[in-house]
Amino acid sequence: MTVMADTPKPVKPRGWYKRNEIAITPFLFLLPAVIFFSVYVIIPIFQSFWISFHEWDGLGEKTWVGTANYERLLGGDRKFEVSFWNNLRWLFLYLLAIPLGLSIALLLNQKVRGIRLYKSMFFFPFVLSQVVVGLVFSWFYLPREGLLNAILQFFGMGTVNILGDPSLATYGIIAAGLWPQTAYCMILYLTGLNAVDPEQVEAARLDGAKGLRMLWHVILPQLKPATFIAFVVTIIGALRSFDFIAVMTNGGPFGSTRVLSFYMFEESLSEFGFRMGYGAAIAVVLFFLMLIFIAYFLWSMYRDEKGAR
Amino acid sequence: MRSIFKASAAALLSTSMLAGAAFAQDLSGTLRIISDMSNPAPRATMEQLAADFDALHPNLEVELEIVDREAWKTQIRNALTANAPDVVNWYAANRMTPYVNAGLFEDISDMYANGDLPGLDAVKGAMTLDGKQWGVPYTYYQWGIYYREDIFNELGLEEPMTFEQELANCEKIVASGRACYAIGTKFLWTAGGWFDYLNMRTNGFDFHMQLARGEVEWTDPRVRETFANWRKIIDMGGYIADHQSYSWQEALKFMTDGEAASYLIGNFAVPHLREAGLSDEQIDFYQFPKIADVPQGEDAPTDTFHIPANASNKEAARAFLQYVTSAEVQSDINGGDKLGQLPVNANSSVDADEFLEQGFEMLSTNAQGGVAQFFDRDFPAEMASVGMEGLQEFMVFPDNLDDILQRMEDARQRIY
Repeated sequence: MTVMADTPKPVKPRGWYKRNEIAITPFLFLLPAVIFFSVYVIIPIFQSFWISFHEWDGLGEKTWVGTANYERLLGGDRKFEVSFWNNLRWLFLYLLAIPLGLSIALLLNQKVRGIRLYKSMFFFPFVLSQVVVGLVFSWFYLPREGLLNAILQFFGMGTVNILGDPSLATYGIIAAGLWPQTAYCMILYLTGLNAVDPEQVEAARLDGAKGLRMLWHVILPQLKPATFIAFVVTIIGALRSFDFIAVMTNGGPFGSTRVLSFYMFEESLSEFGFRMGYGAAIAVVLFFLMLIFIAYFLWSMYRDEKGAR
Repeated sequence: MRSIFKASAAALLSTSMLAGAAFAQDLSGTLRIISDMSNPAPRATMEQLAADFDALHPNLEVELEIVDREAWKTQIRNALTANAPDVVNWYAANRMTPYVNAGLFEDISDMYANGDLPGLDAVKGAMTLDGKQWGVPYTYYQWGIYYREDIFNELGLEEPMTFEQELANCEKIVASGRACYAIGTKFLWTAGGWFDYLNMRTNGFDFHMQLARGEVEWTDPRVRETFANWRKIIDMGGYIADHQSYSWQEALKFMTDGEAASYLIGNFAVPHLREAGLSDEQIDFYQFPKIADVPQGEDAPTDTFHIPANASNKEAARAFLQYVTSAEVQSDINGGDKLGQLPVNANSSVDADEFLEQGFEMLSTNAQGGVAQFFDRDFPAEMASVGMEGLQEFMVFPDNLDDILQRMEDARQRIY
């Protein structure tokens, strides 16, 4: 600019964009993502809030009903209560995938001929579609022909119809869900174990640490990032457990295996559904439940990053 | 004003044309049909139907899209609103309500009124909502008890006429180490069939319809009587064990294996039984026996064609509906080698098939009470889903009846 100062003719000033290029470009790069994220995620969230205050069949006019949907939902809707408790069962029992995955990872973390083959075999269930896993497990549980009952009978025990018994069905589905989820956690820990510092292990060994003490005080602290990710994916997986339920029991017997996401689907989008307002109200409740966890994860990630700096 | 004039002129044109020559040659443009007839035999029938109609009208191009039958139950909403086709499949009675209320189905009362649809008077009622007709039926089928004739002969049993005989038969069947009835309630609706029949036989067709319209409480003593009759079968071990884990198709195996002697189901089960290797000497059919002295009502679900209100070629669509319901086409598509069901046109002939003939006979002479569609089509959607879940629970835990009825009553008070 100063170069031009001594020329008599005033130069054409540089364009607005050129002058602000540095400040604007990052936003331009962000723009496509922001647009799509808002159109497909952010705006629908607020639409759900809005719909949840209405009664709407998805076709005609919406009728404003205020908080009536929430009053019905939280004021003793038995289906909601069943779904909510099932969600909690999922949350706690699904976390078993983490210790299970860790123990398999420790087992497989050795240099043996063909270990890659074993690893991929253990990882296999995670590659399968959840629908396929659900279907296979529902055959496994079949009351007469199922493999489970064949095994029980071989050991002289009575048969059991897990998916047909309202007090057992949810646990049966969670067990099916644990199979691929364990594989997922295993792979997370296997990569984590690669990053364990051999010098620290050596040092600990010289100090006489072995077995569980070694695991607890030396290995696990180094696996903290893997554990964190395993927690996140498992909890989110538990909250969106939908495919297994739809395939294995369709919410039955008599609605005993419903979870909130399935109940939401049933109310709003299934064959006998299209009560969009009520479905949206369930979605909002589920959203806040998830938000508790997500907020916690975001907060702890933020804290870690700040600590790292 | 102009649009009204145009619409009425178009309507006048089309009706006069249709009334004149049944299948006018001058239809043009494209006729888009979306059908849910996705099972193998219905699919072939539908494709044939579209091809024949196409051949009949040289200037008209028929585009057929076949959608999975279960998926269509939710897809229809999008199909009717955005870029609507000219003809769609759906179901009769209450299942039409959401689309009629939202103005998405075309009112075709004029076709019934001016004689474009001869022979459909008997089935008109199932297509009527708010005093208008919203589509045409193309097939229906009877429900009833399909049984293993060879097992009945072996045990020396007769087709029962009364509930006492039915229970006496059942006792003998159970004593022979079999279950009386196969049923798979995993997808709930099969339990609705049992309730329909027990309630129509215990309290009559009119009471059943009052219940469907929400005019009677679920805790009413008459409803309890129905459940008391049902419980007699449950308590004697009449049903196969673990039926809550099977679909209706999976439960068929119990009947083909001879572990269950009979099955209350629609006529659509017959091809499956034949495919499984049962000959016509081994299977037979009887009407659900009488319980109280009331005129017998029957379930006969009807499948339908409709014109979406947003269709673009309504003229051709109307001609298609007329074509599908004509006596000859009805006889043809409902034949044993095609749909294997009952024709809706009174002038059609029923295919020479043991079950179709018995079913037609039953529905035309022995259903004085009236013809119902089915639990999940007569009751409003939300009541049907709460109800069928309760019915399934009752079949597994009959002791929970009070709780179940209270739940259904709460739902009734909220829904209607």
